[in-house]
Amino acid sequence: MEHMGIEPGRIQFSWVSSAESTKFVDVVNEVTATVKKLGPSNNFVKTKVKVA
Amino acid sequence: MVAYTDKIKEISRRLLKECQVEMVIGFRKGTLPMMNEPCFVKNPEDVDQLVWDSNCGINLANYLTNRGEKIGIIAKGCDSRNIVTHIIENKIKREQLVIIGVPCDGMIDRRRIIRMYSEEILEVEETGGKIIVKGADFEDTLKKADVLQQNCAVCIHRNPVIHDELVADPVAEQKDVDRYADIREIEAMDPEQKWDYFENLLSACIRCYACRNACPLCYCPTCFVDESRPQWVGKSQNPMDVRTFHFLRAFHCAGRCTDCGACERACPVGINMRVFTKKLEKDSFEQFGWEAGLSLDERPPLDTYKPGDPDDFIK
Repeated sequence: MEHMGIEPGRIQFSWVSSAESTKFVDVVNEVTATVKKLGPSNNFVKTKVKVA
Repeated sequence: MVAYTDKIKEISRRLLKECQVEMVIGFRKGTLPMMNEPCFVKNPEDVDQLVWDSNCGINLANYLTNRGEKIGIIAKGCDSRNIVTHIIENKIKREQLVIIGVPCDGMIDRRRIIRMYSEEILEVEETGGKIIVKGADFEDTLKKADVLQQNCAVCIHRNPVIHDELVADPVAEQKDVDRYADIREIEAMDPEQKWDYFENLLSACIRCYACRNACPLCYCPTCFVDESRPQWVGKSQNPMDVRTFHFLRAFHCAGRCTDCGACERACPVGINMRVFTKKLEKDSFEQFGWEAGLSLDERPPLDTYKPGDPDDFIK
């Protein structure tokens, strides 16, 4: 995806066990923080075709 | 080339006569210059149609999917690697095949040659590394090495990796070719440039799916783009839909693509969609040391787990 022009950081992978609740919270916070910093995505947005 | 053709005919005739195979898949002359078409020979009398020259770029492994009969197939380096992939993926059995290996020194880029001349090309001949192009009132000689398909120019597996018969002695493999120069160029761009690069690349796409149909890896009974329940991807010409199609198709080929160039060759508008598949091919090589279709005994990286697999992208 990054090869294609999606900003690094917008896609993240993580492995969280069901027992690792704190890690889950940390990961979610971290991901939202990074993505918020990147701002709204301009790429991969499908706009409706304008008809006359 | 004539020697290749004669040998192919001789082997095919023998196989068909001795009933070792029910059909030989090869090439015959097309109706236009530089356009050979696949051909299925079932009778020894029809063997004379078969030809071999530098326009046999179509990947014949594409025609093996789920076949039941015994087949003789003509295979250059990349075809043979795709045959291996087909066998690994249980799309055909090794026992069903008699592989007629053809050591290959590259296929020529039809589009590039057509672009070189303003007049229509009526005839193309080749002799010993030279391509002779003839039109209504011109004739020109090109060096074959200068007009190779991009993927052939950087190919390092020209000889078939498996074969039962071989039509000629193996050719020398290319050494020291920089296979991924174009991909590194894209990798060096910043995200915005990358985005624009692909936007530009795909702007001409008409979604005819010729790349998918020509690809030996694309054998799903229903392709994700043809599904309508659920509809995974829009069927329109919308740039996002076009892009989704191309990069999802590339992902489906991850660790399987042999860079045979069939997709690019089939494209009616000349899009080099190999920059998608090649990136994945590069990644499989760099991260898993994997080149698709080289051995029947090794499982592809995406269906095995090894403790050493790279995992630094997982946080």
